[in-house]
Amino acid sequence: MFRKSDATWYTLMALPGLILLILFTFVPLFYSVIAFQKFNPALGIRNSPWVGLDNFLLLFRIPDSRTVFFNTLFIATMKIIFLQLVAIVFALLLNEVRLATVKRSVQTMVYLPHFLSWVILAGILRSILARDGLVNDFLGIFGVGPVYFLGNPTVFPWVLIGSEVWKEFGFEAIVYLAALTAINPTLYEVAELDGAGRWQKMWYISIPGIAPTIILLASLSLGNVLNAGFDQIFNLYSPIVYSTGDIIDTYVYRVGLVQGQYSLGTAVGLLKTVISLILIAISYYLASRYANYRIF
Amino acid sequence: MVASKKLSDRIVDWLIMVFLVALGVSTLLPLVNTLAVSLSNKAAVSAGQVNLWPVGFNLDAYNYIVQDTRFWRAFGVSVQRVLLGGALNFILAVITAFPLSREAKEFPLRNVIMWLFVFGMILNVGLVPWFLTIDNYGLLDTIWALVLPGAVPIWNVIILMNYFRGIPKELDEAARIDGANPWQVLWHIYLPTSLPALATITLFSIVGHWNSFFDGLILMNNPDNYPLQTYIQQLVIAERSVLHGGQAQLMAKLSNATLNAAKLFVAMIPILLIYPFLQRYFIRGITLGSVKE
Repeated sequence: MFRKSDATWYTLMALPGLILLILFTFVPLFYSVIAFQKFNPALGIRNSPWVGLDNFLLLFRIPDSRTVFFNTLFIATMKIIFLQLVAIVFALLLNEVRLATVKRSVQTMVYLPHFLSWVILAGILRSILARDGLVNDFLGIFGVGPVYFLGNPTVFPWVLIGSEVWKEFGFEAIVYLAALTAINPTLYEVAELDGAGRWQKMWYISIPGIAPTIILLASLSLGNVLNAGFDQIFNLYSPIVYSTGDIIDTYVYRVGLVQGQYSLGTAVGLLKTVISLILIAISYYLASRYANYRIF
Repeated sequence: MVASKKLSDRIVDWLIMVFLVALGVSTLLPLVNTLAVSLSNKAAVSAGQVNLWPVGFNLDAYNYIVQDTRFWRAFGVSVQRVLLGGALNFILAVITAFPLSREAKEFPLRNVIMWLFVFGMILNVGLVPWFLTIDNYGLLDTIWALVLPGAVPIWNVIILMNYFRGIPKELDEAARIDGANPWQVLWHIYLPTSLPALATITLFSIVGHWNSFFDGLILMNNPDNYPLQTYIQQLVIAERSVLHGGQAQLMAKLSNATLNAAKLFVAMIPILLIYPFLQRYFIRGITLGSVKE
């Protein structure tokens, strides 16, 4: 059934995508060599002087680098943990609801924020988290506050984690809901005959049923521990909270593009690229090993 | 005994439902607050009286936006990038996914190209070299800077490729016997049978293009070329981040609060309009994306 000419067709079809991939992903990779230069835009890559590892050595000396690295790790890890926890609990509770209309309405409500941009959501958060905003009004009822959510370095990371959970928990729960529907209903029926109650069924059937999914998502999330969420933080942070809220990506933007220290910015970025690549490779390995996951 | 257990069970059922509905509603409260602020009068907003219901209902902010040419110019740029970028994403996803869905014996380069794309997907190219590359191509301040760098949506390619692989080979082979070439097979067999997957990836790219702000910010030097999200980011966020300057700016911001809320809300409307479709297709997209073998 195969013809020789088929391969030519397939090559022609794949070609445009391949060219764009080279132009916008692999060419920038070669531009990363400026991490080893003292790059001067006027001289270009060819004529800028080479400095070896100077930019990286500088990087390890600046105290900012450590702060930024640990902020990234902390915020990203906490987001992963809390997001998955809330999503799992939400999915388990939603799975208990038998009224289809209630189930669907709740889903419609909680999925919505996922589709809105961080620009819009940050605009909203800045207003409701203000000193006289909705949240402080609410806390005021209990005599708490006002809390400076966006101006207090101790509170700020938790605002990031909390708002990430708000935006994404519904969407994250979809995978768990799908896993829950895949559980064989006879398991529940047999457990009922044996006198198992709601929580026992949840503990002994539902949770083990979604365990492979939990393992899968935990493995895949390893690749994301250096992605603390640029769009969100960029739109919510300010110099007051840099000590706890500045992450690698926002740092690269300010140093590399705003201050024009191209080489330093590239060095930070390259370090992140390499570490991320290793982490993602490990995460895919773990996911395929322990959860039988293949992306293609 | 049995009856009382049933009763307590039903109470727990209700408690769970009440809790979930409350959770769902509170998820939306921030959005309701924004809508209420946009419809209130400035004095009430400045006094912090508006929570979930408009105080001094009026449409002034929306009237202002209707006449705001800069807002609509940015809106136009966004529409342009959604149409152009969405079309490019669609075409490239289809013509890339199809050859990659073939077996290696039909298309010898298949595995090499697949690995290149996967490598490209997990490679997190640094911001600075990425910017310098696009600058070097002379794309800054053109619409192409917003649509070409992300023109091959690799994740969508994988979703579509997996979908194509699930279509029975018999259809394909029947067409081949009738003398169809691969292009005709794609066009007459695979596209018509893949409509749900195509809808899913199209919605993904529409939402992605509509919501992007950062590429607009760094790749457009002229604010006239900003897409809507970048325009709003500059207006609402960047302006507010200098708020710590002093009281005068605070007052200026407060009188702008209504207008900003209205702009945020108008920027949300396109997403709200396609939300029913999003909900229908994205669950499928998620499950398609995590195909297990």
